[in-house]
Amino acid sequence: MTASANVKTFQINGRDYSARAEETILEVARQNGIFIPRLCELEGLSTVGACRLCLVEVKGSNRLLASCVTRVEEGMEVTTNSERLERYRRGIVELLFTERNHVCSVCVSNGHCELQFLSQKLDITHIHYPYRFPKAEVDASHGRFVIDHNRCILCNRCVRVCDEIEGAHTWDVMGRGIDARVITDLNQPWGTSDTCTSCGKCVHVCPTGALFEKGRSVAEMEKRRNFLPYLQLMRGDQNG
Amino acid sequence: MANNRTIVIDPVTRIEGHSKITLHLDDKGEVVDARFHVTQFRGFEKLCEGRPFSEMPSLMARICGICPVSHLIASAKACDALLAVRIPPAADKLRRIFNMAQIVQSHALSVFHLSSPDLVLGMDADPAKSNLWGVFEKDPQLARDGIRLRQFGQQIIERLGGKRIHPAWVVPGGVSEPLSQADRDAILYSIPEALQIAVRTISWFKQVTGSFREEIAAFGNFPSLFLGTVKEDGSIAFYDGKLRIGDATATLVADGLSPARYFDYLGEKVESWSYLKSAYYKPKGYPDGMYRVGPLARLNVADRCGTERADQELAEFKELQRAAILSSFHYHQARLIELLYCIERMEQLLTDPEILSKHVRAVAEPNAQEGVGASEAPRGTLFHHYKIDDHGLVRWANLIIATGQNNLAMNRSVLQVARHFVRGDKLEPGMLNRVEAVIRTYDPCLSCSTHAAGQMALRVQLVAPSGEIVDEVARP
Repeated sequence: MTASANVKTFQINGRDYSARAEETILEVARQNGIFIPRLCELEGLSTVGACRLCLVEVKGSNRLLASCVTRVEEGMEVTTNSERLERYRRGIVELLFTERNHVCSVCVSNGHCELQFLSQKLDITHIHYPYRFPKAEVDASHGRFVIDHNRCILCNRCVRVCDEIEGAHTWDVMGRGIDARVITDLNQPWGTSDTCTSCGKCVHVCPTGALFEKGRSVAEMEKRRNFLPYLQLMRGDQNG
Repeated sequence: MANNRTIVIDPVTRIEGHSKITLHLDDKGEVVDARFHVTQFRGFEKLCEGRPFSEMPSLMARICGICPVSHLIASAKACDALLAVRIPPAADKLRRIFNMAQIVQSHALSVFHLSSPDLVLGMDADPAKSNLWGVFEKDPQLARDGIRLRQFGQQIIERLGGKRIHPAWVVPGGVSEPLSQADRDAILYSIPEALQIAVRTISWFKQVTGSFREEIAAFGNFPSLFLGTVKEDGSIAFYDGKLRIGDATATLVADGLSPARYFDYLGEKVESWSYLKSAYYKPKGYPDGMYRVGPLARLNVADRCGTERADQELAEFKELQRAAILSSFHYHQARLIELLYCIERMEQLLTDPEILSKHVRAVAEPNAQEGVGASEAPRGTLFHHYKIDDHGLVRWANLIIATGQNNLAMNRSVLQVARHFVRGDKLEPGMLNRVEAVIRTYDPCLSCSTHAAGQMALRVQLVAPSGEIVDEVARP
């Protein structure tokens, strides 16, 4: 098979694009400057299709498809923005706000938060669902980092970066549905974890203020993620 | 037939927060008791439990939109105590300027926006006109001055902190950003005009006080203790210093008190009829330990201000009465003198070359599990007291707010004014307004003081002992 046979030609929002067969709709969109919202996907980590914000419409399919896990196909006609998609996306973000206790004004990530950015981008001014106000703990037992479950949206980025890039697999998810929580080791205080290397990658991939550096004041936690694609490349070389 | 009645003023207008006043009348229509009820509840001391201490300054600043800076300062100082660090000198000076800019804008708000309608239009003016717009019609220059002066303070806060309300610039260990030369110059450039306005307003105020002799005599004119912060040399202090308590004879009852030990000498009592706690001086007990804080108290206990023009005004102010100045009506003038001092002092601090130092933050992990921060807010002494666990999470917090410390005196003042001005069983707007005006002299901030939630207006009821409402006047 030649290399050219692996190239697919398709349409996004009525315009023609071509990409390699293993690329996802989200990757192609990003390369071409087309905005598709997402919170769980992050370049350099595996995709899980968990947040459902990157849903797109594909002609011929009744279902909406998560663009982060859907590969491009020959002749595919993708729509990244429609009234229906907007409605769903807004609903998803609103539900995220109701699920835990997100208070932007006093959050360490105020002004640097992906959830906040998305809600502004989607023009969310009010939440139309009742808030749950769960009682969620703050674990500050680690010497350098803090996890505030009030701000966690269960995107799993911390779980993936710890497993796939750092190789420590300190983080995991416990419980089901609304009771799900990210945990360290066997659901023990982070500071007592044997596996955590204190590398801080989880903190920097976290889209919100759920994971942050100790001592940061309000609006001071800016996340740096440029290391990810580079690290993935290096790990890939070692493994390959 | 017993004919006791109660008058309820609900809500009280042109103050910051929600409250009502009840006046209890006897069968002759004379006022026998009066209460100032704060009807909002906030719960900040409780909701901060479990939060990382490093979030506390900004979290606590959300208590109030008028004086977020005061809470930022006191909270950050409590956090400095938790870190057990000495903050860099430039950060110390920048915080001082920040605090004084807050005092200027808040005092301007109190004098011009809230109280000047009473002073310019008179206590008996039509309530519909008794606002800043009414002042605009009568004395446009004064109204403009007020707005300009508040803007001056707010712009300094914005230049230093990035925004006017709830800036997150003050952090444990100092401030997050140094001051740029351009911003320093811009603030210095605006000072002469502000100074001019302050001087002009004081001379205006001294002229109008003559027409308020009756109010001066009855507006909280009684002996009490006064508490304020002073520097080591006895001059007035806003950011840091020792506490001093003086009495009505201008004798010092206590001096050199460490604010960090406030709980040794200040107590708080809860009354069932108000969400606002009443603070008192412990050695004198409750309620005899009633004391006042804020501009009048600060000027009563301070030996001097420390800047030229403010000291001249202070000397003249102290001539008003032989010993301590007792009438709460004089809070207004004290406020204006402080405002003048703050402008002069900010200029001094800004011309210090160290102010532009880039070293503005001390970094440390918490080294103490308990910390107290105290500073002078516009309305009086403010205490923030936190205890944290091994991981730096707040486990306990106590705040003592200026308005709570004035609570006993405000209640006494309302009673005094009501006894003097409220007659019979027919309510007059001017009578109600005086009851409110005495509260305004204290410039209470109720959202702060109850660490509380709301809309303001005014309702006064005359209630018979049977519960029957005899008369009612309401303001929209």
